[in-house]
Amino acid sequence: MEKKDHSHTPWIIVVARYLEKWYNENNSQLPKNYKEKEAFRQLLREGILKNENGGLEDEENFEEAIKNVNTALNPTKISSGTQDIFNAEQCENITSQSSSFWVMAHGVRDFVQNEGNGNLPVRGSIPDMIADSDKFIKLQNVYRDKAMRDAAVVSKHVEMLLQSVGKTPESISEQEIKLFCKNAAFLRVVRCRSLADEYSVDTFNKDEITSCMDSPDSEMVLYLMLRSVDRFYQQHSRYPGVYNYQVEEDINKLKLCVNSLLQEYSLNVNVKDDYIHEFCRYGAAEPHTVAAFLGGSAAQEAIKIITHQFVPFNNTFLYNAMSQTSATFQL
Amino acid sequence: MAEGEEPMVVDGGSGDRSEWQGRWDHVRKFLERTGPFTHPDFEASTESLQFLLDTCKILVIGAGGLGCELLKDLALSGFRHIHVVDMDTIDVSNLNRQFLFRPKDVGRPKAEVAADFVNDRVPGCSVVPHFKKIQDLDETFYRQFHIVVCGLDSVIARRWMNGMLLSLLIYEDGVLDPSSIIPLIDGGTEGFKGNARVILPGMTACIDCTLELYPPQINFPMCTIASMPRLPEHCVEYVRMLLWPKEKPFGDGVVLDGDDPKHIQWVYQKSLERAAEFNITGVTYRLTQGVVKRIIPAVASTNAVIAAACATEVFKIATSAYVPLNNYLVFNDVDGLYTYTFEAERKENCSACSQVPQDMQFTPSAKLQEVLDYLTENASLQMKSPAITTTLDGKNKTLYLQTVASIEERTRPNLSKTLKELGLVDGQELAVADVTTPQTVLFKLKFIS
Repeated sequence: MEKKDHSHTPWIIVVARYLEKWYNENNSQLPKNYKEKEAFRQLLREGILKNENGGLEDEENFEEAIKNVNTALNPTKISSGTQDIFNAEQCENITSQSSSFWVMAHGVRDFVQNEGNGNLPVRGSIPDMIADSDKFIKLQNVYRDKAMRDAAVVSKHVEMLLQSVGKTPESISEQEIKLFCKNAAFLRVVRCRSLADEYSVDTFNKDEITSCMDSPDSEMVLYLMLRSVDRFYQQHSRYPGVYNYQVEEDINKLKLCVNSLLQEYSLNVNVKDDYIHEFCRYGAAEPHTVAAFLGGSAAQEAIKIITHQFVPFNNTFLYNAMSQTSATFQL
Repeated sequence: MAEGEEPMVVDGGSGDRSEWQGRWDHVRKFLERTGPFTHPDFEASTESLQFLLDTCKILVIGAGGLGCELLKDLALSGFRHIHVVDMDTIDVSNLNRQFLFRPKDVGRPKAEVAADFVNDRVPGCSVVPHFKKIQDLDETFYRQFHIVVCGLDSVIARRWMNGMLLSLLIYEDGVLDPSSIIPLIDGGTEGFKGNARVILPGMTACIDCTLELYPPQINFPMCTIASMPRLPEHCVEYVRMLLWPKEKPFGDGVVLDGDDPKHIQWVYQKSLERAAEFNITGVTYRLTQGVVKRIIPAVASTNAVIAAACATEVFKIATSAYVPLNNYLVFNDVDGLYTYTFEAERKENCSACSQVPQDMQFTPSAKLQEVLDYLTENASLQMKSPAITTTLDGKNKTLYLQTVASIEERTRPNLSKTLKELGLVDGQELAVADVTTPQTVLFKLKFIS
């Protein structure tokens, strides 16, 4: 092979070629641990062309190959997010009421279990890499073509599913299926509980609250304080500490609310007095910058839901502007 | 305030200050009440509010996506003496999120329109605009502020600002005078990611201490652009960098203007032709414009969140209400809502803030070009177009300077000369100036064999 070709062969091909050699000498097994991966990297290093003086030529594509060994040689696994979707009841039982999301999920699952041999449909894109234009485009097209063929197979599965529940194949467009296949590795379903479930003594998430409160300064204490302040308002028709003269006496009143909350939910946790004092100090103040932080965050969550893009949080977000820290709890 | 427009003052104002009952109640609670989590230096007092309203001077750098949010946040938190610097004018594409601007303002300086809006909207607030580059203002200007908060879109500008505040530090017998410290709060966003950090110059990690945290900027190698394109972006860069200067489609000396649709249309057509040659798909008008203007997608909510975090820190530092962020916050809302807070460490030999003389090691037979490459390519230096001067035979000599064409031409031959040929000796001090720092950086040349 001419030197120019050698240095401009995409790293994926380089790795594939050397993997063939490795398979021959290693019983068709992938390099499994650090030692074996290092040995494989050494194989690649030895493949770098040498110049007249015996030194190594500058072959960036081989450098890329060596760098990518760690990730490229891991067996392909289906992400847990996608696996959860395949295992879900809505995926299993397709009816005429099923949304196109679940119908397509079932179709992709059928592909995985049959033509895909345990793998998702190919995504169709490759990252940029050192190569000459011709080789790169050709390689790109290999992936693009396979992706198109995989998507066509998934389409057939989806068609059969739709017909089996009395719907026309046109109910789900080619474009939708292609997009779904392209993103099959990144699918997520987020199920948020209702406020009723969160608040009910029978279904509230006791474990999460208790374990977080093992660290008494965890953001979870802010959640408990906010719930206690709500109780205070229910009892006194006002917030604690709004006027200066109220701050001192409200500390005890708020503490009673905290205790009644913990008792009602049988929560054996310690809420430090400092937090009770602090919330009385706040006097229901709403500093603009803190409101702006939450306003921006909340607005983007709404946009995620409206546009079906990116993943909303699940389900309680707490922000502490004193320490500039935050936490998400699933309550 | 434009002619015939109603002032946007809230009703009920009385007296010169347009104060009304309860206006600052929310802020007062944090200034007049003691609490268990306040800063050790905090003292509850009714005077703190007056300091905020009458005395505290804040400098906001940038009046764009972050800047608009910052100005609003600060004005509504009680800060009244605010200066804002921005060298740009308003573009129609700013209007979706830079909410202090309206369609009628397109073309006007951002700093001026932003100041007008806030001054109208928030009674008593006095924002002073500066339609300038930060480099056009000097020490005397910067020294007057209590706190500087940045909403910039360039690492170079950040480093310059960082360097300026470092240059204001006063050391007495090697001990830093704390009253010379002007805290720098820096916010940055890119799409759904953002960060906010608090820098106490001379005391905590500065911008240059953590230079490696900034993602390398994507500059495609010339050989890829010239002969081996793979991506649609390579095709656009080919047209921008090679074809435009060659074909001068709109006349001699006419610079490619990313905001001129005729220019972009030309680049787009040529990029399509280039792409067709190599069977590359994906060149669109939008992509073309994105590459030419180096557009990074901006999301309004990320700007709101990061600016809010920064403004919270300004408030904390100005009032000692709470311990400030120590010292770096990272935000990402692509998947859920995620923040991560950590303490960035000072770099012992930081070229900006460590005051440790910077050593450079080269063989005497190394060419000056290698020194230049080191200054631009080293991850902790990342200079853009360094100018190198030194003292030879008692006289100041420019070894190489890129930014003035005539001097560049005159000193270019020096690049292929060896350090020995140039008369440099072991221990030679080289003074390097660059757009990334307002101060010259001194390097000591150490010869190795």
